[in-house]
Amino acid sequence: MSLRTFELEIMRYDPDKDSEPRFETFSVPCEEDWVVLDAVNYVKDNLDRTLSYRWSCHMAVCGSCGMMINGEPSLSCKTFMRHMPDKIRIEPLANFPIERDLVVVMDDFMDKLASVKPYLVAKEKKAVEDGSYLQSPAQLKKFKQYTLCINCTLCYSACPQYALGEGFVGPAALALAHRYNLDSRDVGRSARADVVASNEGIWECSFVGACSEVCPEHVDPAGAIQQTKIASTLDYFKDLITPGRDK
Amino acid sequence: MARSNKPIVWSLFAAGGTFAAFVTPAMIVVTGLALSFGLLPPEALSYERLSGLIENPIAKGIVFLTVFLPAWHAAHRLRITAHDFGIREDGLVMMVCYGLASVATVMAVYALLSL
Repeated sequence: MSLRTFELEIMRYDPDKDSEPRFETFSVPCEEDWVVLDAVNYVKDNLDRTLSYRWSCHMAVCGSCGMMINGEPSLSCKTFMRHMPDKIRIEPLANFPIERDLVVVMDDFMDKLASVKPYLVAKEKKAVEDGSYLQSPAQLKKFKQYTLCINCTLCYSACPQYALGEGFVGPAALALAHRYNLDSRDVGRSARADVVASNEGIWECSFVGACSEVCPEHVDPAGAIQQTKIASTLDYFKDLITPGRDK
Repeated sequence: MARSNKPIVWSLFAAGGTFAAFVTPAMIVVTGLALSFGLLPPEALSYERLSGLIENPIAKGIVFLTVFLPAWHAAHRLRITAHDFGIREDGLVMMVCYGLASVATVMAVYALLSL
């Protein structure tokens, strides 16, 4: 297979030595079928063993190898070198604090994810011997798309609203809240609404739609947020007419 | 976290967007283009016919919605667009946008009731 050499301009940051991030350039001979992650692995294996980045599955399932590739939030395992120009700039995911090199601090995302109760809130707890909660294929179809999120946080990197740092709960967490709200076995919608329907929740979204464009799993978080806006608006007026209907 | 009051303006925004997408183009075709291109006879939109039509409360209601809903849609859209352009004076933007929509609403009500 033919080799083509690329210039990889990788952002480096060592909190013990660097006062601010800097760029380091590496020449990497790439095979035709390589993805950006292969090229970064080449640097780590052959050129600089101190390079830090996250990756695991190499097949767009684990969601850990997200990076800014030429300014675009992308999974490095899903971005082919053959589609790239000769010079590639690789940076850590935007909108997150940098921990080291391409590794970002994800605490804020993790807290926000937990805040929307992304798990099944069942009406009554069933004992294991009583069997599972049944669901028809039609009921599953309603939310299946939103179960495909791999928590790669590309959507947070793409979101101009999250970038403002004003506390926006963000695309992936809100899409996951929508996933459980749509689940026929779930009754947690009103409990989730305290976060989801707050000013920092869906209402902070101005429907730019960049989240859905960069999503590698086609979850369409922007669509989920718009659907939640409709449901929350109906809830708002129902609550006005019959206060305390949820209590 | 407290639940937001945004559903009030967002519901008008959503209804206005739907109205502007489906009904406004039809209104423009009928009132703006059909006559000019000779698709309707000249007397179809004559003053007498239209003033007769507008006396009907249902017709009044539809004309009101044609002004009211897209005006609030535009107001909210402009507020969000201002935000996306980096204008952070949301209070002022809100007053200008929703203020203009309120003026359009009051003018529509006044005009329709005085007909």
